[in-house]
Amino acid sequence: MKNKRENFLSKSSRRGFLKAAGISAVAIGAAPAIKAVSIASGGGDAVSSLPLTTPKAEVLTAKRWGMVIDTSKITEEVVESVVAACRNSHNIPNFDIQPDEKKYPNTRPAKKMQEIKWIWEEHYHNAFPEMEDEFLADKFKSLPFLVTCNHCKNAPCVQACPTKATFKREDGIVIMDFHRCIGCRFCMAACPYGSRSFNFRDARPFIEKINPEFPIRSKGVVEKCNLCAERLERGLQPACVEASEGAIVVGDLEDPESEVRALLKENYAIRRKQELGTEPSVYYIM
Amino acid sequence: MSKNVIVAGLVVFVVAALFPFWFNIGKTSAAPEAELSAKAKAAKKCVLDKYDMRANHMTILNDWRTSVVRNSDRMYKSTNGKTFGMSLSTGEDSCLGCHTDKAKFCDKCHNYASVSPYCWECHTDPKEVTQ
Repeated sequence: MKNKRENFLSKSSRRGFLKAAGISAVAIGAAPAIKAVSIASGGGDAVSSLPLTTPKAEVLTAKRWGMVIDTSKITEEVVESVVAACRNSHNIPNFDIQPDEKKYPNTRPAKKMQEIKWIWEEHYHNAFPEMEDEFLADKFKSLPFLVTCNHCKNAPCVQACPTKATFKREDGIVIMDFHRCIGCRFCMAACPYGSRSFNFRDARPFIEKINPEFPIRSKGVVEKCNLCAERLERGLQPACVEASEGAIVVGDLEDPESEVRALLKENYAIRRKQELGTEPSVYYIM
Repeated sequence: MSKNVIVAGLVVFVVAALFPFWFNIGKTSAAPEAELSAKAKAAKKCVLDKYDMRANHMTILNDWRTSVVRNSDRMYKSTNGKTFGMSLSTGEDSCLGCHTDKAKFCDKCHNYASVSPYCWECHTDPKEVTQ
């Protein structure tokens, strides 16, 4: 008898427990829905406190920013001025210069392999390794190619970043929040284009002239091309476009009337490592 | 017998526990006031009220960072209707654009409170750049 009673009790408590658990699960699940309904009906002010982004007249906007590089217009001089323009406007260290001994005493010499690259020169066989044909036209063997971040549609670096320091903006620019970067370098492993550089050391001694308009990066942070998002916001073309003498054009890839689309319509253009499915937004007119 | 040992131990404990107090006797100084530049004085009103700013400037800087980097919105409309550039150091309407002396405005209190924010590892004081 006692045994039976005990059995019954334990059964009922289990049933009671399951009931309570079920009700609380429903309650927890319903809470956000109730909250959402109350906000939608004007109950909450969470919506009104959202920042209102008012598009200003001088801001350059696009649905998806892209770049077209005309390889026939790229010469050594253009490459030099483009790289210098990018370097100066983003405070990118130049490891080829000698640091000022007075300002930065006892600076260790820089290692070339630790250099910071946003846009740089590359040979054809390195930029397009899968397209290195047996009998390649001679001009491609010597032509300098400018390579940079491709601002991919399916950016692998964005998927790899564990802290969301790297993210994709609505306008297609893959950009970094340096504050959030923990320097794990997963993004560098993920990027098939080598477009990301890690700050192994303090960059200040190797910056010739600091541009106060743009921050410097601290040690232990990854950085890369940001398509001059800070310049686009002021209505300016990216620094590389300005310095390229017409070789680089930046515009809206989704807008059929844009200059980049007109160029792509008329010319044969290729993208780097297209077969990987990252959908790069940088096109090279051959 | 053990009384002496206990008392001696207690004395040692009390002296050790009060170390920060007796060690700093005579060294303390009054909390510094942030010195306003002539430009900041003339403007009279900052982004937030004085006391709100004193307590929450780090939060607002954090919000600004998110707004600039994530939403590419760089203008801040303050409660008094003025707009400010959401930047530490870039432009006339940024923090340092008005509070021109970083040493007297930022560092003074931060040093006193022994906080070392890493803003200036990356952001540049316009003065540092021109030197």
